[in-house]
Amino acid sequence: MILRRVQYEAAARAVGPFLAALDDWRQRRRKRPARESPFAPPLESLRALKDMMMVHYLSGRYADGAVPVAWVTSGFPVEMLRTLGYHTVYPENHAAICGVQRIVPALSDAVEAQGYSRDLCSYVRSDLGSLDTGRSPVGRLPRPDLLACCTNICQTVLYWYRDLARRFDVPLVLIDTPFIYGEPAPHQTRYVVDQLEEAIVVSERVAKRPLDREAFSETVRLSREGSDLWGQCLDTARNRPAPWTGVDGFFHLGPVVALRGTEACNAYYRTLLDELKDRVSRGIGGLKGEERHRLLWDNLPVWYATREITTLLGSQGFNFVCTTYTNAWAEASSLIDPANPMESGARSYSQIMLNRDLPNKLRLLERLSREFAVDGAVLHSDRSCKPYSIGQIDLKDRLARDLGIRTLLLEADHNDPRSWASELAANRIGAFMESFS
Amino acid sequence: MSGAAAIGVDVGSTTCKVVAIDGTGALLDRRVEPTDPRIERQVERLVGEIRATAGRELPVGATGYGRKRVAGARALTEITCHARGAFARAGRAGTLVDMGGQDTKVIRIGPSGEVLDFAMNDKCAAGTGRFLEVILGRLQVPFEGLAELVAGASRPVPVSSTCTVFAESEVISLVASDEPLDGIVKGLHVALASRVAALARGVPAGDEILMSGGVALNGAMVASLREALSRPVRVLPDPQLTGAVGAALSVLPGPAPR
Repeated sequence: MILRRVQYEAAARAVGPFLAALDDWRQRRRKRPARESPFAPPLESLRALKDMMMVHYLSGRYADGAVPVAWVTSGFPVEMLRTLGYHTVYPENHAAICGVQRIVPALSDAVEAQGYSRDLCSYVRSDLGSLDTGRSPVGRLPRPDLLACCTNICQTVLYWYRDLARRFDVPLVLIDTPFIYGEPAPHQTRYVVDQLEEAIVVSERVAKRPLDREAFSETVRLSREGSDLWGQCLDTARNRPAPWTGVDGFFHLGPVVALRGTEACNAYYRTLLDELKDRVSRGIGGLKGEERHRLLWDNLPVWYATREITTLLGSQGFNFVCTTYTNAWAEASSLIDPANPMESGARSYSQIMLNRDLPNKLRLLERLSREFAVDGAVLHSDRSCKPYSIGQIDLKDRLARDLGIRTLLLEADHNDPRSWASELAANRIGAFMESFS
Repeated sequence: MSGAAAIGVDVGSTTCKVVAIDGTGALLDRRVEPTDPRIERQVERLVGEIRATAGRELPVGATGYGRKRVAGARALTEITCHARGAFARAGRAGTLVDMGGQDTKVIRIGPSGEVLDFAMNDKCAAGTGRFLEVILGRLQVPFEGLAELVAGASRPVPVSSTCTVFAESEVISLVASDEPLDGIVKGLHVALASRVAALARGVPAGDEILMSGGVALNGAMVASLREALSRPVRVLPDPQLTGAVGAALSVLPGPAPR
């Protein structure tokens, strides 16, 4: 146990940062010809982001046996676990890394061979496939002592985490958030608060220590600050030209998803915000050329084809300046009050976009469209994320009718390239761009 | 062929169409052939023939899935070209249903001929001309007299499969169960029309429904679509050439004719 803890701390504090620095040094020395692209040079902060995520995953390899480990859904109120000293792993984030690396078909084949349906969410197939095959772009994930699942993003996570609980034979804490039509009713908030209290009891038992409520408030404060900082980063794209592309946002989202509630996460976003503000003040845009049209993206990214899609659009001066996906984390803990973390947390985590009704999403799309002055929207109809895709045809019609925004419904899957038809997509994107001329 | 001002090429999955238009957008010359896998050679030959008749070099616009393989042409997607072609031929805004060999599209055309919105069948040929072609071939029903055959059917035999391959086997079992052939063929048209009508959902009540593409030559399909949409459907003149005309219009010097 002590040796394991020493390894974990060494990986997090010395070996990880050293390897990251070494990798940076190597990258700088390697003279690679610049890739032909419509985008401005990458943000300097990208290196810090890469280093941070690398250290997180490297230290994770030594986390089991050293500190309590929890596997957590992206919408889980993670602050309690953070305060109890858990090393948190986000299987969704790990699955997205598998998607970017394009190893999902192999992982999915492995679970499909066991009888899991291809119609299941491709994140689930990616992670279960990674568990079964032992293949992971990050080496390995630490074995969980606790599984923490919140149904505010979808119901699939419930079955996914039950499956994990059976595989690992560890406790599963579940926060069941009632779907919110209109505004949350007091009894709904009470129901979630009760579950949070129960989750704390289980998490304390597994971590073998009590939750320090003062420290908990401090984590909540950090979490809220992190969300606020992330929101400010996104807001810089209201400027014309936007200093980055929405796709940059997909990648810079990593810390607020996986390290929310830590000072390191917030420090990173302060650096990023400074750089974005600097770009704005110097008039540097996310595209090399003129930003002719500003777009909104709805739904998860198409992880394996983000570059393909944005290059096609970027080469004609189309830039994604906002996305409902990255925006979700600017709102994730924005309602939490450090002075009353339980009740405000219950309200905040129940009110994320995917747990609210369609009129709310329409209002959100209209607000983002106005605030970011977009003239087009691409709605990714995601084959394996139905809760996010439902209602998009109506949303598309409303955006066109009420705001005069040109829209494209793009069929794809967030993580499984087998559902992606490159030529067909290019044809639709081409027609969409031509409709602006 | 004096007065030719532009050439339009539409390389579709089933047929290759090449047209010449004059400065007003009127159709002067045409070539329609089954698409050859060696697209470049076929297009070069057809364009060459039209140029020879015109007696001079003309700008070329290209569309269809093979558009990028047409040398020296301005390439635009089928959506834009069909909208332009349909607008020029209809003379006003509306909603175009284009049913081609491999894809079916519904395009809302604005008051200046611009694309307001579009929807297409996705990743599957069910709902396209190929679907009908495969199954009618299997039933050995000739294209000639199809409209009369369907019009004479007492009732459609429901065909539930939405996949071309599955529908083929379903139709074979219907034939084996002694269902009437005309009813089966009518059922196929109804199934196809309902898929297209789903794509056309949400079309404003005032919009005129225009129809183009090779399938528009099939009167039975036009009638089925009319029934599925519960509104009139106007077939454009030379419906198969709409995309090629639109491609030619896109390279016409000066403002587009209305």
